Amino acid sequence: MTQATVTAPSAAASARGTRSTSRATRHTRSLGGRGVHQRRSILLTIVMSVMVVYALFPLFWLFVSSTKTQSELLSSFGLWFSGDFSLFDNIAQTLSYGNGEFVRWFGNTLLYVVVGAGGATLLAALGGYGLAKFNFPGKKGVFAVVLGAVAIPGTALAVPTFLMFSQLGLTNTPWSIILPSLISPFGLYLIWTYALDAVPTEVLEAARMDGAGEMRTFFTISLRLLTPGIVTVLLFTVVATWNNYFLPLIMLSEPTWYPLTVGLNQWNAQSQTVGGDAIYNLVVTGSLLTIVPIIVAFLFLQKYWQSGLSAGSVKA
Amino acid sequence: MTTVSQDPTAAVAPRLGRRPAPHKAKRDWTGWKFIGPFMLIFAFVLIAPVVYSIYLSFFKDQLVGGNSFVGLANYIQVLGDQKFWESLGRVSIFLVVQVPIMLLLALFAALAIDSARLHFPAFFRIGIFLPYAVPAVVATLMWGFMYGVRFGLVANINDFFGISLPDPLSNAWVLASIGNIVTWEFVGYNMLLFYAALRVIPTDLYEAAELDGANHFRVIRSIKLPALRPAIVIGTIFSIIGSFQLFNEPNILKPLAKNTIVTSFTPNMYAYNLSFSGQQYNYAATIAIVMGVATAVIALIVQNRGSRKEV
Repeated sequence: MTQATVTAPSAAASARGTRSTSRATRHTRSLGGRGVHQRRSILLTIVMSVMVVYALFPLFWLFVSSTKTQSELLSSFGLWFSGDFSLFDNIAQTLSYGNGEFVRWFGNTLLYVVVGAGGATLLAALGGYGLAKFNFPGKKGVFAVVLGAVAIPGTALAVPTFLMFSQLGLTNTPWSIILPSLISPFGLYLIWTYALDAVPTEVLEAARMDGAGEMRTFFTISLRLLTPGIVTVLLFTVVATWNNYFLPLIMLSEPTWYPLTVGLNQWNAQSQTVGGDAIYNLVVTGSLLTIVPIIVAFLFLQKYWQSGLSAGSVKA
Repeated sequence: MTTVSQDPTAAVAPRLGRRPAPHKAKRDWTGWKFIGPFMLIFAFVLIAPVVYSIYLSFFKDQLVGGNSFVGLANYIQVLGDQKFWESLGRVSIFLVVQVPIMLLLALFAALAIDSARLHFPAFFRIGIFLPYAVPAVVATLMWGFMYGVRFGLVANINDFFGISLPDPLSNAWVLASIGNIVTWEFVGYNMLLFYAALRVIPTDLYEAAELDGANHFRVIRSIKLPALRPAIVIGTIFSIIGSFQLFNEPNILKPLAKNTIVTSFTPNMYAYNLSFSGQQYNYAATIAIVMGVATAVIALIVQNRGSRKEV
């Protein structure tokens, strides 16, 4: 709690301010924590290296495998390069196979991510801010319903959602993927806790004195103060939509609207089927192409989402 | 430092005295402008399906008589369904074994990165977290290929050392193999959850501990672990939900392990296959509800026990 009051003014500052303060906190802390008898430990570093190797070697395997031809893939040692370097050849084949269906799936995934994750973030930002900064009739009910819904397993809902959507004629359309993606209870919770401290009530009062409407205040002032929290929610909803598999699997019966995940799985299932066109090299290369954008996004936006997460956990 | 207090109304109070702002009136609906859109879609994609599946669970599509109300018959059928209990048993074993291993690994990693005793902590943090960004489909396909005894890494190792490791996709090992994939995917996420909680521990607590001459393990036991309790409760609840919902990994591995992963391998796979291969929508909805209730109950128990100890 002490910490919450200490970080509150910094959270109220811009994203940049929050980040530099959290770095400062860390600095003081490592001075205080390290002390005399705590030196950097080689043993601990080695133990942790084992964990990092465990986390990263499958990705290395994926990259190495993407550089192999189909026959090399099936015959050579998995964790090192072998034969011709055919990464670019594989990529070209992946993009053109089946009349370029991979490109189509990539476009679908982008659509679901932009509309689904973007919309989910906007709704969570608006809603979380509303919960943090306003008192309104039914607020307690909103809390109870949203918290209760978090406990319901998402996939348990998938079958009933499918049945309902098929009654409404929404299955086999992009809406069947986008609509459920628009709700992120975790995002709502994160923005709500973040907005409590990041948007000072005095600022809102001042804007009201100036006669600004609530929505205008939100989009011109509050949104900027909420940026680290919003980037965090955006990243996690992007991951959730980019990686979504179960929902599109049941909602879509034709490949036209498949996202990458379902498409890749179909390529794999086809390869495993007797008499099917075995395209393991394309499954592997397609997998690599699927994860590259999302990993790049995570690496580049590290600073944002890590500060956003820390802020969220103050209240957790 | 005290200007921004935890209670938002406290800071506004003096100003309110001068000029009561309209939004503070007794019944002010302004907040609904913000939460309204969320709640509207929430009602459509979450509440409506729940209500609809409860409705479905009381009906049955019969050859004779068509769709008719059957009361609790579907629920009674679930309770006596051996396939359902087998699948529930499987995910329970998974829960009891995989979740503790994953959370302990995550806890260890978070404490290590936070300890300031590690070289390159930022590298370890992002490195261990990275698999979380990999879709379950890609993760399962990768591990599935590597598990392969014909041409995967397991085959490579067998050839190289002239040994024969057990087939990871055989009956005895397939659950452990799935556990490994899930651990790989989520250990970094849980680590980050714990690490974020460690980061907000006030520095003066450490300084006090150091003055008292507390060693590293004492600090972990007396300061860090108690501070981590809420994060551990959240991580446990998410993992319980994840285990009970287990679907993606076994379903994607199925083509590679046709004989060991049956259509009712997990409750979720069972419900899925009942709907999409068997057209037994009413029964599938019933299983979904039973699993939803079971998950919610267990999550609530964990939450209550977790927060009670804290007091």
